Amino acid sequence: MKILVCISKTPETTAKIAFTDGDTKFSEDGVQYILNPYDEWYALVRALELVEANGGEVVLGHVGPAANDSIIRKGLAVGANRAVRIDADPTSAEMVAQQIAGHARGEGYDLIICGKETIDYNGALLGGLLAAELNLPYVSFVSHLEVVDSEFTVTRDIEGGVEVSKVNGPIVISASKGLAEQRIPKMKDIMMSKRKTIDVIPAISTDATATIVKYSLPQGKQGVKMLDIDNMDELVRLLNEEAKVL
Amino acid sequence: MSVLVYIEVQNGKLRKASHELAYYAVKSAELLGVDCCGVMVGECSDIQDLGQYGLTMIEQLSANPNSDNMTVASAVAEVAKAKSASYVIFGHNSIGKSLLPSVAHKLSAGTVSGVNSLPSLDNGFTVAKTVFSGKAVATYELHTPVKAITLMGNSLKPETSGSASITVNASPVQIADGTIKVIETRREDGTVPLPEAELVVSAGRGMKGPENWTIIEELADVLGATTACSRPVADIGWRPHHEHVGQTGVAIRPNLYIAIGISGAIQHLAGVNSSKTIVVINKDPEAPFFKAADYGVCADLFDVVPKLTAAIRKFKAN
Repeated sequence: MKILVCISKTPETTAKIAFTDGDTKFSEDGVQYILNPYDEWYALVRALELVEANGGEVVLGHVGPAANDSIIRKGLAVGANRAVRIDADPTSAEMVAQQIAGHARGEGYDLIICGKETIDYNGALLGGLLAAELNLPYVSFVSHLEVVDSEFTVTRDIEGGVEVSKVNGPIVISASKGLAEQRIPKMKDIMMSKRKTIDVIPAISTDATATIVKYSLPQGKQGVKMLDIDNMDELVRLLNEEAKVL
Repeated sequence: MSVLVYIEVQNGKLRKASHELAYYAVKSAELLGVDCCGVMVGECSDIQDLGQYGLTMIEQLSANPNSDNMTVASAVAEVAKAKSASYVIFGHNSIGKSLLPSVAHKLSAGTVSGVNSLPSLDNGFTVAKTVFSGKAVATYELHTPVKAITLMGNSLKPETSGSASITVNASPVQIADGTIKVIETRREDGTVPLPEAELVVSAGRGMKGPENWTIIEELADVLGATTACSRPVADIGWRPHHEHVGQTGVAIRPNLYIAIGISGAIQHLAGVNSSKTIVVINKDPEAPFFKAADYGVCADLFDVVPKLTAAIRKFKAN
């Protein structure tokens, strides 16, 4: 099986969020970057399991500058065979989808997997846009996937439950929690990753679609009002009269 | 130019999200100075309920049992083109998130997913959403002639404005057969889905075991709330995965979030800190959640929760 796993870099989950340039840019000062957890723990690992079972290769796809190679290497350390980096700063979900589709067309991937969303921008758009660019079926929020002779059986998360579907490949899916278990690379995997290839290809030109013009931080809480266990009537009164949520 | 809103129907009736979606669409159309129209798939017995928000037109697509999300998206895009839609709105849930990218691509539309407020025309066409898993807000400018979004549930409080009658027009657009075949759906119906819930009761490791959840379900019941949980208890199978709220779970923005026996790690807060009011019940005075709470009770949850349930029951009886 030839599988493309689309990866993004994101600030690590406990990063302090701050903005610069008059609140128009995310401040990278002191921020540690990681592979987007949905991409690394679920999309990539399921791809590796499928290739371990069926043979083939796992290719990482990424849109970003050379500085992101260290993040790509983390994916190679987890076990991907090689990577393709489209040399450009990602500007919008549409742009990333067009760049990756530009590579993927004609590569004969049997399966393309993205994480369900990135933990920084929470768009959940890439998988669907990529499928639309490539005119392939798209199943979102997949928490379970099996494939037999290019027929996929996928379980998709919906509100309050799941939906199970069958579809013939090639397909595009977005990976949700449960699709696989996180793998921690060992020292030898990290050493080996340095010898795997990252092919750099130029970006195609695209039109601007959506750009962030301003950031703001939400107002913090005013300070918690503590109540005694014997005062639940008072809590209910406050929720009704003060917070107005009852 | 016009606004087109995808009205969600399930089992022949409006899904809760459709009320807010209709209200948002009508208000957006007023702001943009254009007409507003809905589009829905199949029959809907209570569709006229949306007239109270000022929605007057719906294009009705005939349901095709052999369709899939791709062919539904194609049909919706056809309707959007026929209506010269310039702002296309979906709900921010599994339905909307799977339709939006496909529809947007066919319309060459710029997209923003998880919008939390009406658009503004002050500096180009802009919409806002929360980013960094709820830790910040970003304002996006959309540059394309057609714009498409998903609306985060519970962003606006729908207000009624009379009772318009809705004209339902049978659309000539046909939904084609798809290639993705649904073979099974397993869903707990009856409770408000988490992305739309206004009241949520959530619990975590402090509960000590899955057999203790009855007190949570009773509290949720008396409040009319949806239940949720933290990641660790979903991971070890005490609660179903779809209840997990947090950075790698569902992001919610209820009016009231009651967190019981949850310490409040940053990753959990990320999914719930857009809640209007947060109540934390935890016996650990050092629990970080208290710093993110509006109200707190520092005592054993097994004592507090039944007392809180009783107090709410008493309040509702009066």
